[in-house]
Amino acid sequence: MSLGNRINEIWKESMRHKGLIGLALPGLLFVLVFSYMPMFGVIVAFKDFNFADGFWGSPWVGFKNFEFFFKSDAAWQVTRNTIGLNLSFIALSTVVSISFALMLMELTRRSVKVFQTTLFFPYFLSWVVVSYVTYALLNPQMGVMNGLLERIGMEPINWYLESKYWPFILCLAYLWKNVGYSTLIIYTGLLGIDKSYYEAAAIDGATRWQQIIRISIPLIAPLIILVTLLQVGRIFYSDFGMFYFLTADSGALYETTDVIDTYVFRALRVSGDIGMASAVGLYQSIVGFVLVVSVNWVVRKINRDNAIF
Amino acid sequence: MNTRQSVWSRRVIILWFTVFSIFCIVPFVYVISISLSEETDIAMYGYSLIPRSFTLNAYEYLLQSPKQLITGYTVSILVTAIGTLLSLLLTAKLSYALSRRDFRGSNKMSFYVFFTMLFSGGLVPWYILIKKYLMIDDSYLALILPYVIMPWHVLLMKGFLSDIPLALVESAKIDGAGEWKIFYRIILPLSKPALATVGLFIAFVYWNDWWLAMLFIDNQNLIPLQYMLYRIMNNIQFLSTSMQSANISIDVTQMPNETARMAIAIMAAGPILFVFPFFQKYFIKGLTVGAVKG
Repeated sequence: MSLGNRINEIWKESMRHKGLIGLALPGLLFVLVFSYMPMFGVIVAFKDFNFADGFWGSPWVGFKNFEFFFKSDAAWQVTRNTIGLNLSFIALSTVVSISFALMLMELTRRSVKVFQTTLFFPYFLSWVVVSYVTYALLNPQMGVMNGLLERIGMEPINWYLESKYWPFILCLAYLWKNVGYSTLIIYTGLLGIDKSYYEAAAIDGATRWQQIIRISIPLIAPLIILVTLLQVGRIFYSDFGMFYFLTADSGALYETTDVIDTYVFRALRVSGDIGMASAVGLYQSIVGFVLVVSVNWVVRKINRDNAIF
Repeated sequence: MNTRQSVWSRRVIILWFTVFSIFCIVPFVYVISISLSEETDIAMYGYSLIPRSFTLNAYEYLLQSPKQLITGYTVSILVTAIGTLLSLLLTAKLSYALSRRDFRGSNKMSFYVFFTMLFSGGLVPWYILIKKYLMIDDSYLALILPYVIMPWHVLLMKGFLSDIPLALVESAKIDGAGEWKIFYRIILPLSKPALATVGLFIAFVYWNDWWLAMLFIDNQNLIPLQYMLYRIMNNIQFLSTSMQSANISIDVTQMPNETARMAIAIMAAGPILFVFPFFQKYFIKGLTVGAVKG
C-alpha cells in the first residue's frame, strides 16, 4: 500500500470515528502535556539548567552532570539501597502473601472478611500518616520501642540516628502497609482454582498439605511469577513517601535509606542542582525501561499469555 | 475437611491472623491513644497504649484556633471533589474510546497512553514544565491537573467498559444517536459501579496526596491536609533530633503539644478511615479486576 493510500485510509477511519476521537481527545491531551512533553525535557540532563534561560536557552555541558554523579559515592550508595531494599520487599511480600493467602483459604468466608478488613486497613493510610505511627513507636524519649527496651533492661536506641536498624524497619513498614493488598491478589487467584481438583485429590486420599503443594502452588505459579516480575521491572523506582517521611529525611540514615527517588528530590529541591537531578532521573528512567522490557521478554518466553505487552 | 485435625489447624490459623491483625492495628491505636492523653502523663511516662487519664484536651486545643486545620480541610476537600469529577469524566471518555473494539485506532491510542507507564522523562523535566512553562504552580490547578489522567485508572476503567456489549452501541447508532449521545445516555448510566470504583480510587489519590503540594505550593492558604501534616511532623523531628545531637536537655513538657500533633494526624486520616469500611468491597473489586486484566 502506498503512503498516500495509507494516509487516506487513516483519514477515512478517523472521520468514521470522529465522535470517539472527540471523546478521547481531552484525555489524550493531558497525557501529551504531562507525560510526553517532559520526555523531550530530558535534554536538561545534558545542560547546565537555569530557570531564566529554560529548556532551550541553558548552555550545553555534555555528560558533565552524569560524570559528577557517577564519580560521587552517592551513585553506588543510592543504587545499592534502591535495589537491595526493593529486592527485600519483593522477597518478603511474596513469601508472606502466599502463605497468608493459603491460610485464608482454610477459613470460612466470614472470618476471611474480618481479617481482610484489618490486614487491609494500613493500605489506606498515606505515608505521612504512617510516619506519625512510626514516630510514636520510635520517638527516642517517649516512644513505645524504647519504653519496651527499658523495661527489659536494655539501653534505649536513638532510632533516627542509627542507620543499621533501618533496613529492617523499612521492611516491616512496607509489609505492614502492603500485606493486605498483596495477600488479596494471591487469594483471589486461589479462589479462581476449580474446586473439583481438590475434591478429586481428597477422594484419592491426599492430605491438605499435599493438596497445597501439588495443586494450589502450581496453579497460582503463573500469577506469582507475573506479580513478582512486575515488581522486578519497577526495582529502580521506590515509594518516595516511605523513604522520605518515615526516616524524617534524617541525614544520619542516608547510608542505608537513601534511594534514587529521594536523592533526585533533594538534588532538585534542596541543593538546587537541577542538571544533576535530571541526569540521575534519566539514568533511572532508562535502566528502569530496559528492565521492564527485558522482564516482559522473559515472561513472554515462559508464558505468552502473561506478557504485559 | 471435618476431621479433628482440620478443626485444630483452623483454630491455629485464626489465632495467627488474630495476632497479626493486632499487629496491624496496634501501632495506629497508639496514635489515637496519645491524642487522647494528658500532655503531662506523656511527658512523665512516655506513650502508652491506653491513656492514663482520658481527655479531649488536644482536640479542644486544635478547635480553639482552627484556622490552619480549616484551610487544610478546605483545600483537600476542594481538590478531591473537583479533581475526582474532572478526572473521572475524562478517564471514562478516554477509556470508552479505547475499549471500543470496532475502532481500529484504539490499539494505537492504547499504546500511546500505556507507554507512559513504562517510560517517563523523570521528575525534573516534569517539574520544570509545570513550574516554568505551564505556570500553574502555587495554585489549585497544580494540585489537580497533573493527576487527571493516570494510566492505571484508564486501564481499570477500560477493563470494566469492555464488558459492555457492542450490540448496544450498534443498535443506538441505527436509531441515529451520535457517539457523544451514546456515551452520556447509555454508557455512563450502565457503568455506575465502574464509575464508583474508579472514582473511589481517584478520590483516594487526591485525598492522600502530599507530593504535588510539596513540589509546587508555597502559599499558606493552599496547603492541603496531608502536606500540612508533614510540615508539622518535620518541625518536631527537627527539634528532637537537634536536641539529641546537641545534648541539650530541655524539659520535654515545654515541647509544644505532642498530643495535639497526634490529634491532627487522626483528624487527617479520619475521613479515609471512616469511609473505608463502607467502600472496601469496591476497592477490593477494583484491585482484583486491575490485577487480573492488567
